[in-house]
Amino acid sequence: MANTYTAIETYTATSSVATIDFTSIPATYTDLLVYISARSSLNTQAGVKIQFNSNSSAVYDIRNITGNGSIANSGVATSQNFGYDVSLTNPANYTANTFSNGYIYIPNYTSSNHKSFSVDANAENNATLADCALEAGIWRNTAAITSINLSDLGGGNFVQYSSATLYGIKNS
Amino acid sequence: MPTKVIVDCSTGVTTEVELTAEEVAQREADAAAFAEIKAAEEAAAQAKADAKASAEAKLAALGLTADEIAALN
Repeated sequence: MANTYTAIETYTATSSVATIDFTSIPATYTDLLVYISARSSLNTQAGVKIQFNSNSSAVYDIRNITGNGSIANSGVATSQNFGYDVSLTNPANYTANTFSNGYIYIPNYTSSNHKSFSVDANAENNATLADCALEAGIWRNTAAITSINLSDLGGGNFVQYSSATLYGIKNS
Repeated sequence: MPTKVIVDCSTGVTTEVELTAEEVAQREADAAAFAEIKAAEEAAAQAKADAKASAEAKLAALGLTADEIAALN
């Protein structure tokens, strides 16, 4: 049971940015957690692209279940060049000044095995339509994770006040 | 040019730099790839919804009530 959370770094956008990279992540923790609150510059619900160590090889697999107020769905995407979660950003046409709320959990990020990750996220919209998603993913790479790269998957930007905080978690 | 923020966890220093042309091209390629994934997921969801509606219509034609059809879900 994890009993220590340490905020390693946090970033809040002062203007629009395409990508947030946490680099030189120390190897002194057991697990990592990234809390994200973001809003896209685009109207399309694309979400956040997740890559580790700037690796864009086709080694990311995900499974998710999603809901948006009217449709429940499940999806599988294998051998992708990135992980992603559609609910980690609010699209620009959601209620003004609202942001998503979600996290990426990465256990055993320094192990020499493939790295799993899970995502729990929901977008916020003061309307019937608002996406939420649960996701399990794997990055088929044995390197320790030293950087996490977060981008707007639709090719837009994270707008001002979008934020991401990286936590390190120790199991003792 | 779009920018990226690099948060160096060893120093706490945050720097903002422009994406390289290669990074911009990759970002556009990834967006296009995701659009295909999303379209496929939406098509699958729609096909599932259509099949469900068709099945329910056939059950109704056999004489099942709405409550009986709902009980099968």
